[in-house]
Amino acid sequence: MNSTLLINGLRFVLLVLTQVLIFNTLNFLGFINPLVYVIFFYWYPLKSNRAIFMLTAFLLGFMIDFFSDTLAVHSIASLTVAYARPVIMRFCFGVNYEFQNFSFRNTTKIQRLTFLGLLVLIHQVVYFSIEAMSLSHFLLILKKVFTTGIVTLVICALFSSLFSPQSE
Amino acid sequence: MQRIINFILSYRNAFLYAFLMLICLVMTIRSHSYHQSKFFNSSKWVSGTIYGTAANISSYFSLREENQRLVTENEQLRRLLFNTAQNQPILLDSTQLDYEVISANVIKNSFSSPRNYLTIDRGENHGIATDMGVITTNGILGIVEHTSSNYATVLSVLNTKSRINAKIKNTDNFGSLEWDAQDYTTVQLKDIPRLVPLVVGDTIVTGAMSSIFPENIPIGVIKKYDLDTSKSFYHIDVELFNDMSNIKNVYLIINKNKKEILELQAKTEDE
Repeated sequence: MNSTLLINGLRFVLLVLTQVLIFNTLNFLGFINPLVYVIFFYWYPLKSNRAIFMLTAFLLGFMIDFFSDTLAVHSIASLTVAYARPVIMRFCFGVNYEFQNFSFRNTTKIQRLTFLGLLVLIHQVVYFSIEAMSLSHFLLILKKVFTTGIVTLVICALFSSLFSPQSE
Repeated sequence: MQRIINFILSYRNAFLYAFLMLICLVMTIRSHSYHQSKFFNSSKWVSGTIYGTAANISSYFSLREENQRLVTENEQLRRLLFNTAQNQPILLDSTQLDYEVISANVIKNSFSSPRNYLTIDRGENHGIATDMGVITTNGILGIVEHTSSNYATVLSVLNTKSRINAKIKNTDNFGSLEWDAQDYTTVQLKDIPRLVPLVVGDTIVTGAMSSIFPENIPIGVIKKYDLDTSKSFYHIDVELFNDMSNIKNVYLIINKNKKEILELQAKTEDE
Protein backbone atom coordinates (compact mmCIF):
# COMPACT_ATOMS: atom_id res chain seq x y z
CA MET A 1 0.00 0.00 0.00
CA ASN A 2 2.75 2.35 1.02
CA SER A 3 4.74 1.70 -2.12
CA THR A 4 1.65 2.37 -4.26
CA LEU A 5 1.31 5.73 -2.57
CA LEU A 6 4.97 6.48 -3.11
CA ILE A 7 4.90 5.44 -6.76
CA ASN A 8 1.79 7.47 -7.46
CA GLY A 9 3.20 10.48 -5.67
CA LEU A 10 6.39 10.25 -7.70
CA ARG A 11 4.38 9.81 -10.89
CA PHE A 12 2.30 12.85 -10.01
CA VAL A 13 5.33 15.12 -9.63
CA LEU A 14 7.14 13.73 -12.66
CA LEU A 15 4.08 14.00 -14.89
CA VAL A 16 3.45 17.61 -13.86
CA LEU A 17 7.07 18.48 -14.62
CA THR A 18 7.08 16.58 -17.93
CA GLN A 19 3.86 18.24 -18.98
CA VAL A 20 4.78 21.83 -18.14
CA LEU A 21 8.45 21.75 -19.09
CA ILE A 22 8.42 19.53 -22.16
CA PHE A 23 5.01 18.96 -23.66
CA ASN A 24 3.60 22.46 -23.08
CA THR A 25 6.49 23.93 -25.04
CA LEU A 26 6.41 21.35 -27.81
CA ASN A 27 4.09 23.30 -30.17
CA PHE A 28 4.27 20.63 -32.85
CA LEU A 29 2.96 22.12 -36.13
CA GLY A 30 2.44 25.37 -34.27
CA PHE A 31 -0.40 24.35 -32.00
CA ILE A 32 -0.20 20.69 -30.90
CA ASN A 33 0.73 20.38 -27.25
CA PRO A 34 -0.10 16.81 -26.20
CA LEU A 35 -1.65 16.53 -22.75
CA VAL A 36 0.26 13.44 -21.70
CA TYR A 37 -0.53 13.64 -17.99
CA VAL A 38 -3.77 11.84 -18.83
CA ILE A 39 -1.77 8.66 -18.50
CA PHE A 40 -1.91 9.19 -14.74
CA PHE A 41 -5.56 8.11 -14.84
CA TYR A 42 -4.63 5.03 -16.84
CA TRP A 43 -1.92 4.01 -14.40
CA TYR A 44 -3.81 4.80 -11.22
CA PRO A 45 -4.68 1.64 -9.24
CA LEU A 46 -7.85 0.09 -10.61
CA LYS A 47 -9.45 -0.52 -7.25
CA SER A 48 -9.28 2.58 -5.19
CA ASN A 49 -11.38 4.99 -3.22
CA ARG A 50 -13.20 7.09 -5.80
CA ALA A 51 -13.30 10.21 -3.65
CA ILE A 52 -9.54 10.18 -3.12
CA PHE A 53 -9.03 9.51 -6.81
CA MET A 54 -11.14 12.53 -7.76
CA LEU A 55 -9.34 14.76 -5.28
CA THR A 56 -6.00 13.60 -6.68
CA ALA A 57 -7.19 14.28 -10.21
CA PHE A 58 -8.35 17.73 -9.21
CA LEU A 59 -5.00 18.45 -7.62
CA LEU A 60 -3.11 17.19 -10.67
CA GLY A 61 -5.13 19.39 -13.00
CA PHE A 62 -4.78 22.30 -10.64
CA MET A 63 -0.98 22.01 -10.50
CA ILE A 64 -0.80 22.05 -14.29
CA ASP A 65 -3.19 25.01 -14.42
CA PHE A 66 -1.02 26.81 -11.90
CA PHE A 67 2.02 26.40 -14.13
CA SER A 68 0.38 27.13 -17.46
CA ASP A 69 -1.81 30.10 -16.37
CA THR A 70 -4.99 28.38 -17.54
CA LEU A 71 -6.63 28.38 -14.17
CA ALA A 72 -9.10 25.54 -13.65
CA VAL A 73 -9.33 24.37 -17.29
CA HIS A 74 -7.05 21.38 -16.76
CA SER A 75 -8.70 20.78 -13.37
CA ILE A 76 -12.16 20.49 -14.93
CA ALA A 77 -10.90 18.12 -17.61
CA SER A 78 -9.04 15.81 -15.22
CA LEU A 79 -11.86 15.86 -12.69
CA THR A 80 -14.33 14.77 -15.35
CA VAL A 81 -12.03 12.00 -16.56
CA ALA A 82 -11.61 10.76 -12.99
CA TYR A 83 -15.37 10.80 -12.42
CA ALA A 84 -16.05 8.96 -15.67
CA ARG A 85 -13.31 6.35 -15.30
CA PRO A 86 -15.40 3.56 -13.68
CA VAL A 87 -17.98 3.86 -16.45
CA ILE A 88 -15.30 3.69 -19.14
CA MET A 89 -13.75 0.68 -17.41
CA ARG A 90 -17.06 -1.17 -17.36
CA PHE A 91 -17.47 -0.34 -21.03
CA CYS A 92 -14.00 -1.56 -21.99
CA PHE A 93 -13.47 -4.58 -19.75
CA GLY A 94 -17.07 -5.72 -19.35
CA VAL A 95 -18.36 -7.24 -16.13
CA ASN A 96 -14.93 -8.77 -15.50
CA TYR A 97 -13.85 -5.55 -13.96
CA GLU A 98 -16.27 -6.04 -11.04
CA PHE A 99 -14.44 -9.18 -9.91
CA GLN A 100 -11.99 -9.16 -7.07
CA ASN A 101 -9.02 -10.61 -8.91
CA PHE A 102 -9.28 -8.35 -11.92
CA SER A 103 -6.07 -6.73 -13.09
CA PHE A 104 -4.55 -5.37 -16.27
CA ARG A 105 -2.82 -8.71 -16.80
CA ASN A 106 -5.97 -10.50 -17.86
CA THR A 107 -7.12 -7.93 -20.42
CA THR A 108 -6.29 -7.83 -24.10
CA LYS A 109 -4.20 -5.16 -25.74
CA ILE A 110 -7.21 -3.84 -27.65
CA GLN A 111 -9.18 -3.41 -24.44
CA ARG A 112 -6.39 -1.44 -22.85
CA LEU A 113 -5.96 0.74 -25.91
CA THR A 114 -9.70 1.46 -26.02
CA PHE A 115 -9.59 2.35 -22.34
CA LEU A 116 -6.69 4.75 -22.92
CA GLY A 117 -8.31 6.15 -26.06
CA LEU A 118 -11.56 6.94 -24.30
CA LEU A 119 -9.75 8.59 -21.39
CA VAL A 120 -7.82 10.77 -23.83
CA LEU A 121 -10.94 11.58 -25.88
CA ILE A 122 -13.03 12.70 -22.89
CA HIS A 123 -10.14 14.70 -21.52
CA GLN A 124 -9.51 16.47 -24.84
CA VAL A 125 -13.16 17.27 -25.52
CA VAL A 126 -13.72 18.75 -22.07
CA TYR A 127 -10.41 20.58 -22.08
CA PHE A 128 -10.73 22.32 -25.44
CA SER A 129 -14.44 23.14 -25.00
CA ILE A 130 -13.84 24.80 -21.65
CA GLU A 131 -10.73 26.51 -22.96
CA ALA A 132 -12.59 28.14 -25.85
CA MET A 133 -15.70 28.70 -23.70
CA SER A 134 -17.89 29.48 -26.71
CA LEU A 135 -19.42 27.54 -29.58
CA SER A 136 -18.31 30.11 -32.14
CA HIS A 137 -14.94 28.36 -32.12
CA PHE A 138 -16.55 24.99 -32.81
CA LEU A 139 -14.37 24.09 -35.79
CA LEU A 140 -11.25 25.19 -33.97
CA ILE A 141 -12.20 22.98 -31.02
CA LEU A 142 -12.85 20.03 -33.32
CA LYS A 143 -9.54 20.48 -35.08
CA LYS A 144 -7.65 20.70 -31.80
CA VAL A 145 -9.43 17.72 -30.23
CA PHE A 146 -8.72 15.58 -33.25
CA THR A 147 -5.07 16.45 -33.88
CA THR A 148 -3.92 16.85 -30.29
CA GLY A 149 -5.93 13.78 -29.30
CA ILE A 150 -4.16 11.55 -31.79
CA VAL A 151 -0.70 12.80 -30.82
CA THR A 152 -1.56 12.43 -27.12
CA LEU A 153 -2.83 8.89 -27.67
CA VAL A 154 0.32 7.86 -29.52
CA ILE A 155 2.62 9.31 -26.88
CA CYS A 156 0.57 7.83 -24.03
CA ALA A 157 0.58 4.41 -25.70
CA LEU A 158 4.36 4.65 -26.01
CA PHE A 159 4.65 5.70 -22.37
CA SER A 160 2.43 2.87 -21.19
CA SER A 161 4.50 0.27 -22.99
CA LEU A 162 7.76 1.87 -21.87
CA PHE A 163 6.88 2.17 -18.20
CA SER A 164 4.61 -0.80 -17.79
CA PRO A 165 2.41 -0.73 -14.67
CA GLN A 166 2.38 -4.53 -14.48
CA SER A 167 5.79 -4.50 -12.82
CA GLU A 168 4.31 -3.07 -9.63
CA MET B 1 -33.38 13.00 8.15
CA GLN B 2 -31.90 9.52 8.10
CA ARG B 3 -33.03 9.17 4.50
CA ILE B 4 -31.46 12.44 3.44
CA ILE B 5 -28.17 11.41 4.97
CA ASN B 6 -28.40 8.02 3.31
CA PHE B 7 -29.17 9.67 0.01
CA ILE B 8 -26.19 11.99 0.30
CA LEU B 9 -23.93 9.12 1.34
CA SER B 10 -24.98 6.92 -1.54
CA TYR B 11 -24.30 9.71 -4.04
CA ARG B 12 -21.27 11.13 -2.27
CA ASN B 13 -19.02 10.80 -5.31
CA ALA B 14 -21.45 12.68 -7.51
CA PHE B 15 -21.71 15.38 -4.87
CA LEU B 16 -17.96 15.62 -4.58
CA TYR B 17 -17.71 15.87 -8.35
CA ALA B 18 -20.34 18.61 -8.49
CA PHE B 19 -18.68 20.49 -5.66
CA LEU B 20 -15.19 20.43 -7.17
CA MET B 21 -16.64 21.23 -10.59
CA LEU B 22 -18.37 24.28 -9.14
CA ILE B 23 -15.09 25.53 -7.66
CA CYS B 24 -13.34 25.03 -11.00
CA LEU B 25 -16.08 26.72 -13.00
CA VAL B 26 -16.11 29.75 -10.73
CA MET B 27 -12.34 30.08 -11.09
CA THR B 28 -12.50 29.62 -14.88
CA ILE B 29 -15.26 32.14 -15.42
CA ARG B 30 -13.60 34.66 -13.15
CA SER B 31 -10.31 34.33 -14.99
CA HIS B 32 -12.09 34.62 -18.35
CA SER B 33 -13.97 37.77 -17.56
CA TYR B 34 -11.41 39.54 -15.44
CA HIS B 35 -7.73 39.10 -14.57
CA GLN B 36 -6.17 35.69 -14.11
CA SER B 37 -6.14 34.43 -10.55
CA LYS B 38 -4.06 36.57 -8.26
CA PHE B 39 -2.82 33.70 -6.14
CA PHE B 40 -2.36 30.89 -8.63
CA ASN B 41 -0.33 32.05 -11.61
CA SER B 42 3.09 31.23 -12.94
CA SER B 43 4.71 34.35 -11.49
CA LYS B 44 4.75 32.66 -8.10
CA TRP B 45 7.94 31.49 -6.45
CA VAL B 46 7.57 27.73 -7.08
CA SER B 47 6.62 27.92 -10.74
CA GLY B 48 8.92 30.89 -11.38
CA THR B 49 11.92 29.06 -9.97
CA ILE B 50 11.21 25.89 -11.96
CA TYR B 51 10.65 27.79 -15.19
CA GLY B 52 13.69 29.96 -14.45
CA THR B 53 15.94 26.91 -14.05
CA ALA B 54 14.61 25.32 -17.23
CA ALA B 55 15.03 28.57 -19.18
CA ASN B 56 18.57 28.91 -17.81
CA ILE B 57 19.50 25.60 -19.38
CA SER B 58 17.62 25.93 -22.66
CA SER B 59 18.70 29.52 -23.32
CA TYR B 60 22.22 28.31 -24.11
CA PHE B 61 20.96 26.67 -27.28
CA SER B 62 19.89 29.97 -28.83
CA LEU B 63 22.74 32.19 -27.63
CA ARG B 64 24.24 32.81 -31.06
CA GLU B 65 20.91 33.73 -32.62
CA GLU B 66 20.03 35.97 -29.71
CA ASN B 67 23.40 37.74 -29.87
CA GLN B 68 22.92 38.38 -33.55
CA ARG B 69 19.52 39.90 -32.88
CA LEU B 70 20.88 42.19 -30.18
CA VAL B 71 23.79 43.33 -32.38
CA THR B 72 21.34 44.18 -35.16
CA GLU B 73 19.33 46.21 -32.73
CA ASN B 74 22.42 48.02 -31.47
CA GLU B 75 23.31 48.83 -35.05
CA GLN B 76 19.86 50.30 -35.56
CA LEU B 77 20.09 52.38 -32.40
CA ARG B 78 23.58 53.65 -33.29
CA ARG B 79 22.33 54.72 -36.69
CA LEU B 80 19.50 56.57 -35.05
CA LEU B 81 21.86 58.21 -32.57
CA PHE B 82 24.40 59.41 -35.16
CA ASN B 83 21.72 60.78 -37.43
CA THR B 84 19.86 62.88 -34.88
CA ALA B 85 20.67 66.55 -34.90
CA GLN B 86 24.03 67.06 -33.21
CA ASN B 87 23.12 70.34 -31.61
CA GLN B 88 20.43 68.65 -29.57
CA PRO B 89 22.05 67.76 -26.26
CA ILE B 90 21.43 64.22 -25.10
CA LEU B 91 19.52 64.29 -21.87
CA LEU B 92 21.59 62.77 -19.13
CA ASP B 93 19.36 63.75 -16.26
CA SER B 94 17.09 60.76 -15.84
CA THR B 95 14.49 62.73 -13.91
CA GLN B 96 13.71 64.61 -17.11
CA LEU B 97 12.81 61.48 -19.05
CA ASP B 98 9.23 60.37 -19.63
CA TYR B 99 9.92 56.67 -20.02
CA GLU B 100 12.20 54.21 -18.27
CA VAL B 101 13.16 50.88 -19.84
CA ILE B 102 14.03 47.64 -18.02
CA SER B 103 15.21 44.49 -19.77
CA ALA B 104 13.97 40.99 -18.91
CA ASN B 105 14.11 37.39 -20.13
CA VAL B 106 11.09 35.33 -21.03
CA ILE B 107 11.15 32.09 -19.04
CA LYS B 108 7.81 30.70 -20.16
CA ASN B 109 5.96 31.40 -23.38
CA SER B 110 2.76 29.99 -24.82
CA PHE B 111 0.92 30.85 -28.03
CA SER B 112 -1.36 27.96 -28.81
CA SER B 113 -4.17 28.48 -26.32
CA PRO B 114 -6.84 31.19 -26.68
CA ARG B 115 -5.53 32.88 -23.54
CA ASN B 116 -1.78 33.09 -23.61
CA TYR B 117 0.49 34.36 -20.88
CA LEU B 118 4.24 34.77 -20.71
CA THR B 119 6.35 34.69 -17.59
CA ILE B 120 9.42 36.92 -17.24
CA ASP B 121 12.27 36.85 -14.75
CA ARG B 122 11.82 40.36 -13.34
CA GLY B 123 9.45 41.31 -10.55
CA GLU B 124 8.65 43.84 -7.87
CA ASN B 125 12.26 43.79 -6.68
CA HIS B 126 13.28 45.24 -10.04
CA GLY B 127 10.54 47.86 -10.08
CA ILE B 128 7.96 45.98 -12.15
CA ALA B 129 4.29 46.64 -11.46
CA THR B 130 0.97 45.67 -13.00
CA ASP B 131 0.00 47.35 -16.29
CA MET B 132 3.46 48.07 -17.63
CA GLY B 133 3.99 47.64 -21.36
CA VAL B 134 6.26 44.87 -22.65
CA ILE B 135 7.97 45.10 -26.06
CA THR B 136 10.68 43.33 -28.00
CA THR B 137 13.11 44.64 -30.58
CA ASN B 138 10.50 44.14 -33.29
CA GLY B 139 7.31 45.32 -31.67
CA ILE B 140 4.83 45.01 -28.87
CA LEU B 141 4.37 41.86 -26.84
CA GLY B 142 1.85 42.50 -24.07
CA ILE B 143 1.06 44.02 -20.70
CA VAL B 144 2.20 42.94 -17.22
CA GLU B 145 -0.69 41.36 -15.35
CA HIS B 146 0.64 40.00 -12.03
CA THR B 147 3.95 40.32 -10.25
CA SER B 148 5.71 38.49 -7.45
CA SER B 149 8.97 39.58 -5.89
CA ASN B 150 11.14 38.10 -8.66
CA TYR B 151 8.80 37.15 -11.51
CA ALA B 152 5.89 38.59 -13.44
CA THR B 153 3.24 37.28 -15.82
CA VAL B 154 2.53 39.13 -19.05
CA LEU B 155 -0.82 39.15 -20.83
CA SER B 156 0.25 38.46 -24.41
CA VAL B 157 -1.31 40.24 -27.41
CA LEU B 158 -2.30 36.69 -28.33
CA ASN B 159 -4.98 36.61 -25.67
CA THR B 160 -8.68 37.00 -26.34
CA LYS B 161 -8.85 39.35 -23.33
CA SER B 162 -6.19 41.70 -24.67
CA ARG B 163 -7.31 45.13 -25.98
CA ILE B 164 -4.59 47.48 -27.14
CA ASN B 165 -5.01 50.93 -28.63
CA ALA B 166 -3.46 50.95 -32.09
CA LYS B 167 -3.44 53.22 -35.12
CA ILE B 168 -2.29 53.34 -38.71
CA LYS B 169 1.18 54.83 -38.96
CA ASN B 170 1.34 58.55 -39.84
CA THR B 171 -2.40 59.02 -39.34
CA ASP B 172 -4.47 59.48 -36.23
CA ASN B 173 -7.13 56.89 -36.99
CA PHE B 174 -7.08 54.57 -34.06
CA GLY B 175 -8.81 51.29 -33.28
CA SER B 176 -8.61 48.43 -30.86
CA LEU B 177 -6.29 45.49 -31.31
CA GLU B 178 -7.77 42.10 -30.46
CA TRP B 179 -7.12 38.43 -31.19
CA ASP B 180 -9.57 35.85 -32.50
CA ALA B 181 -7.57 32.83 -31.24
CA GLN B 182 -7.04 31.45 -34.74
CA ASP B 183 -3.48 32.08 -35.85
CA TYR B 184 -0.52 33.14 -33.73
CA THR B 185 1.00 35.28 -36.47
CA THR B 186 -2.09 37.43 -36.99
CA VAL B 187 -4.12 39.76 -34.75
CA GLN B 188 -7.21 41.81 -35.58
CA LEU B 189 -7.62 45.58 -35.59
CA LYS B 190 -11.19 46.79 -35.20
CA ASP B 191 -13.10 50.09 -35.19
CA ILE B 192 -11.20 51.87 -37.96
CA PRO B 193 -13.87 53.89 -39.83
CA ARG B 194 -14.44 53.07 -43.51
CA LEU B 195 -13.49 56.59 -44.58
CA VAL B 196 -9.86 55.84 -43.89
CA PRO B 197 -7.91 54.87 -47.02
CA LEU B 198 -6.14 51.55 -46.40
CA VAL B 199 -3.52 49.66 -48.38
CA VAL B 200 -2.35 46.11 -47.74
CA GLY B 201 1.13 46.44 -46.25
CA ASP B 202 0.44 49.60 -44.23
CA THR B 203 2.18 49.62 -40.88
CA ILE B 204 0.17 49.51 -37.66
CA VAL B 205 1.69 51.13 -34.56
CA THR B 206 0.53 51.77 -31.00
CA GLY B 207 -1.72 54.78 -30.50
CA ALA B 208 -1.35 57.72 -28.16
CA MET B 209 -4.49 56.88 -26.23
CA SER B 210 -2.90 54.51 -23.74
CA SER B 211 -0.81 55.34 -20.73
CA ILE B 212 0.89 51.94 -21.05
CA PHE B 213 2.74 52.14 -24.37
CA PRO B 214 4.45 55.20 -25.85
CA GLU B 215 3.13 56.24 -29.24
CA ASN B 216 4.47 54.70 -32.48
CA ILE B 217 5.77 51.36 -31.26
CA PRO B 218 5.51 49.01 -34.24
CA ILE B 219 2.96 46.20 -34.14
CA GLY B 220 2.67 44.75 -37.64
CA VAL B 221 1.48 45.26 -41.20
CA ILE B 222 -1.98 45.00 -42.75
CA LYS B 223 -2.41 41.56 -44.27
CA LYS B 224 -6.03 41.74 -45.32
CA TYR B 225 -9.03 43.98 -44.61
CA ASP B 226 -12.77 44.01 -45.14
CA LEU B 227 -15.83 45.76 -43.71
CA ASP B 228 -17.53 44.35 -40.63
CA THR B 229 -21.24 43.45 -40.49
CA SER B 230 -22.34 47.04 -39.81
CA LYS B 231 -20.52 48.14 -43.01
CA SER B 232 -19.15 51.23 -41.30
CA PHE B 233 -15.94 49.92 -39.76
CA TYR B 234 -13.04 47.91 -41.10
CA HIS B 235 -12.03 44.54 -39.78
CA ILE B 236 -8.28 44.36 -40.38
CA ASP B 237 -5.97 41.36 -40.13
CA VAL B 238 -2.58 42.51 -38.91
CA GLU B 239 0.48 40.35 -39.38
CA LEU B 240 2.71 40.77 -36.32
CA PHE B 241 6.34 41.84 -36.68
CA ASN B 242 7.20 39.65 -33.71
CA ASP B 243 7.64 35.95 -34.14
CA MET B 244 5.57 35.06 -31.08
CA SER B 245 6.91 31.52 -30.99
CA ASN B 246 10.48 32.64 -30.50
CA ILE B 247 10.94 35.33 -27.86
CA LYS B 248 13.81 35.65 -25.42
CA ASN B 249 14.84 39.21 -24.56
CA VAL B 250 12.12 41.75 -23.84
CA TYR B 251 11.94 45.33 -22.56
CA LEU B 252 9.50 46.71 -20.04
CA ILE B 253 8.39 50.30 -20.40
CA ILE B 254 7.70 52.37 -17.33
CA ASN B 255 5.72 55.51 -18.03
CA LYS B 256 6.75 58.05 -15.40
CA ASN B 257 3.76 60.27 -16.04
CA LYS B 258 1.28 57.45 -15.73
CA LYS B 259 0.23 58.24 -12.19
CA GLU B 260 -0.46 61.83 -13.11
CA ILE B 261 -2.43 60.83 -16.22
CA LEU B 262 -4.54 58.31 -14.32
CA GLU B 263 -5.23 60.75 -11.49
CA LEU B 264 -6.32 63.37 -13.94
CA GLN B 265 -8.57 60.94 -15.80
CA ALA B 266 -10.12 59.73 -12.55
CA LYS B 267 -10.78 63.30 -11.50
CA THR B 268 -12.40 64.14 -14.83
CA GLU B 269 -14.62 61.08 -14.70
CA ASP B 270 -15.77 61.91 -11.18
CA GLU B 271 -17.06 65.30 -12.19
